[in-house]
Amino acid sequence: MDLPVLEVSCKWKRTIVALCDWPLSPSIMFSRSIRVGAVSSDQIEQLHRRFKQLSGDQPTIRKENFNNVPDLDLNPIRSKIIRAFFDNRNLRKGPSGVADEINFEDFLTIMSYFRPIDITMDEEQVQLCRKEKLRFLFHMYDSDSDGRITLEEYRNVVEELLSGNPHIEKESARSIADGAMMEAASVCVGQMEPDQVYEGITFDDFLKIWQGIDIETKMHVRFLNVEAMALCH
Amino acid sequence: MGFQVFVAFGPWNLLLLLVALECSEASSDLNESTNSTTRHEPNVQFAAASSEPDENIPVFVLDYDYVQIPYEVTLWILLASLAKIGFHLYRRLPGLMPESCLLIIVGALVGAIIFGTDHKSPPVMDSSIYFLYLLPPIVLESGYFMPTRPFFENIGSILWWAGLGALINAFGIGLSLYLICQIKAFGLSDVNLLQNLLFGSLISAVDPVAVLAVFEEARVNEPLYMMIFGEALLNDGISVVLYNILIAFTKMHKFEDIEPVDILAGCARFVIVGVGGVFFGIIFGFISAFITRFTQNISAIEPLIVFMFSYLSYLVAETLYLSGILAITACAVTMKKYVEENVSQTSYTTIKYFMKMLSSVSETLIFIFMGVSTVGKNHEWNWAFICFTLVFCQVWRAISVFALFYVSNQFRTSPFSIKDQCIIFYSGVRGAGSFSLAFLLPLSLFPRKKMFVTATLVVIYFTVFIQGITIGPLVRYLDVKKTNKKESINEELHIRLMDHLKAGIEDVCGQWSHYQVRDKFKKFDHRYLRKILIRKNLPKSSIVSLYKKLEMKQAIEMVETGILSSTAFSVPQLAQRIQGTKRLSPEDVESMRDLLTHNMYQVRQRTLSYNKYNLKPQTSEKQAKEILIRRQNTLRESMRKGHSLPWGEPAGAKNIRYLSFPYGHPQPASRHRRVAEFTDNDSSDSERPSIMFKEHSQRDLPQERYPTQEIIPMKSLYRGRKPTNFRYQRNTSQEEHVGQGRRAALRPKPLFRAVDEEYESGEESAEEASAIGPGWPPEHRPSREHHKSHSPLLRRK
Repeated sequence: MDLPVLEVSCKWKRTIVALCDWPLSPSIMFSRSIRVGAVSSDQIEQLHRRFKQLSGDQPTIRKENFNNVPDLDLNPIRSKIIRAFFDNRNLRKGPSGVADEINFEDFLTIMSYFRPIDITMDEEQVQLCRKEKLRFLFHMYDSDSDGRITLEEYRNVVEELLSGNPHIEKESARSIADGAMMEAASVCVGQMEPDQVYEGITFDDFLKIWQGIDIETKMHVRFLNVEAMALCH
Repeated sequence: MGFQVFVAFGPWNLLLLLVALECSEASSDLNESTNSTTRHEPNVQFAAASSEPDENIPVFVLDYDYVQIPYEVTLWILLASLAKIGFHLYRRLPGLMPESCLLIIVGALVGAIIFGTDHKSPPVMDSSIYFLYLLPPIVLESGYFMPTRPFFENIGSILWWAGLGALINAFGIGLSLYLICQIKAFGLSDVNLLQNLLFGSLISAVDPVAVLAVFEEARVNEPLYMMIFGEALLNDGISVVLYNILIAFTKMHKFEDIEPVDILAGCARFVIVGVGGVFFGIIFGFISAFITRFTQNISAIEPLIVFMFSYLSYLVAETLYLSGILAITACAVTMKKYVEENVSQTSYTTIKYFMKMLSSVSETLIFIFMGVSTVGKNHEWNWAFICFTLVFCQVWRAISVFALFYVSNQFRTSPFSIKDQCIIFYSGVRGAGSFSLAFLLPLSLFPRKKMFVTATLVVIYFTVFIQGITIGPLVRYLDVKKTNKKESINEELHIRLMDHLKAGIEDVCGQWSHYQVRDKFKKFDHRYLRKILIRKNLPKSSIVSLYKKLEMKQAIEMVETGILSSTAFSVPQLAQRIQGTKRLSPEDVESMRDLLTHNMYQVRQRTLSYNKYNLKPQTSEKQAKEILIRRQNTLRESMRKGHSLPWGEPAGAKNIRYLSFPYGHPQPASRHRRVAEFTDNDSSDSERPSIMFKEHSQRDLPQERYPTQEIIPMKSLYRGRKPTNFRYQRNTSQEEHVGQGRRAALRPKPLFRAVDEEYESGEESAEEASAIGPGWPPEHRPSREHHKSHSPLLRRK
């Protein structure tokens, strides 16, 4: 169902990236991509520079490379973020599992989740885009790729979120997750049948919870603003 | 219904007002006559009423002079309050027009009476009174109630728009009016450039409070709301700074010519005044936050500290010729965060209400005074000047909105649409600020002051009445993008996660932006600021506090549901639980369904909740009341059924364990009070409810007991205390019926237990068991073990 926007976008990207081999200098690569159209060379070049900086001039990035980002140390959900970069689901490489290393193309794929929604998009595209973004978030919670955020996973995330504050004990975090889960159950299932069981938040439920929050104005990173990911639609 | 009430009330209200007015006028009549008497006989000082100089002590003395000013001010405020009450009695009226309309009308009526009877209006307004007493509360209030997070999320656009917008408007209007003044036919050639600029600066101070109320009702999207809010917050400051600098220039101009150096100095001054004000504000904010750290034993002083320090920041900034307005705003914003965590719940409430009251009083006074000064002879009507002022106000606002937002949209990830911009353009409502500044123009420097005042009044009337009334329909018609924020734990968590995620992604990309700035600040805040400024043992992040708030709601509800459905659990069906399983047993599901059935206190919608004139009644109060009513019903029912206490059965007693209180750490005292507030509010509202929820706050709240009433204390929420305080007290006759032995057995049944039991180590539970002591029947202990290993999602068996 969730094909068009991002699938097309990825094809685009692949064609663009396929046009140039890695040994080629980025400038050539981007001059070509400009020919292909609608790509801001500045932005991708910048990303590519950063990519090379992270990887130490290697074609791929491994998990260890992320340790070089000093600012990331402060982030309470650091491990989750790094993991998201290597998650096959986010990379569109498979239903589960974690990649060992990612190349620039993959890096761009991850970044493309954070592009802002264009005003010129029509309603359907916006919905798809929204769904993609939410899927990315969902995958951050759903660490065992079973399509459900179970209570354990939820607790895990909450604990990490609150780990920045040394005063909060694990128990508070846990009970918050419990409360959130209860709430999610009541939002998603409503009246439960006697023999019904709420096992975890599925993606559909996740969508339901997010209803009304305009993620399209929230989940984006500034630098991608200017046409950077124009290739994505 | 409402209308009838209004009609019924209307005459009364009017009558009252008239009486009040007549009183004041009569007394001022008297005052004048007494003045004349005293003038004739100067040796009579106190016995004003007695016209003859008599050695006897006068029996009846009237000394109106002595009380005149406070007396009249009191009458003004009372008048305004009565008018407001009348205004809000008729429910549809507030939806139709902003409150300021009403105040102006009332003021105009009073002004007409004063004018008709040839009296002088009271000297409420003069420069020092306005700047020292009337303005600070208004600014303090809007700074303190600023929604911090969305404000800082949009801070770039807000500063850009509010700062530059005010400047463009001021200079645009001033310069174009100057051009108009050059046309000889209008008879305005004596108005020079500086005076025009000054007028431009004062007329560009918008006051979109009425618009905010409309926005809140229409639930417009957050960035739009924040733009207008930010404008309301910063605009005053900028206009006043500009106004003061221009006044200084005008004074200077009287004696010597202005040189380019002076203009440069003026610009530098503008920056220094603004930045310096903010700097002082932040310093004082931190100081007051630090001081409230030590007030736990004299919490009555807390509100005083807050008010005095904000006022002090204003005064200090003014002493140094810095912007007091920006100082007090910055002070309020800085301290709010920390003070709210330090002070007790009651102090917090006091601060909130007092702040609203003060600002509402000052604004009311200004508006009414505006109405009063509308009617009178001190006007100079110059068609050209007034019409062009009106036109230029609109034109320049349109120019500044569309130009500035065109630029800022280039940098925004979620740009403002044309509709949004139209709304922002239309919300340029002028208010009390403009009028006061115009009114305070020194006559010596501005020979045409009357004309300026008249033009200002016309602009205010036009914007308040026409734009203020039509903006609501316009917002609805344009169908601006709405927001529907919910207050839910899930949402809060997701948003947090996303914030961190964004910051992380930016880190990875080596980008620098405000998410990272926020992250850095939070880190700094946690590491240093909070440690210094906030009392110990108050660990709290806002997630936790939100969670606690919601939980508290649910807790009450849970007790309620527990009682309602307790019969369903009376059978001690302690199903065996397989450890580690995630499946819910039928009983659990049953209980969960039950929970959902009764789960009527869903998390409520969160509006941005800013209303200049009033505070919204808290939903929790309503909920608590509702719960009380429902509980009363059920209790009555259960009484009818006989004396089988719903929670009398051993198993049923322990079954309801939905709600967890993270009681692993010491609970801050203010949290106790937060609960206590529910009950307190309630007990005062409903006439002597026969059943009360009482939150024991062992430290702070002296526990009042109603001997003939049943009190259900919900205090066993925290570990380390006796966990079984769910007590059921009955009046003596029933007690006899129940019997002593049975009562003893009943006592320790916790209807409501914290769920964290699950996580307790064995040692802790043993300790707890010993704490329970003899009151706990031994046969229940094993049953507690069952709770240890079941799915946390369901806590009822």
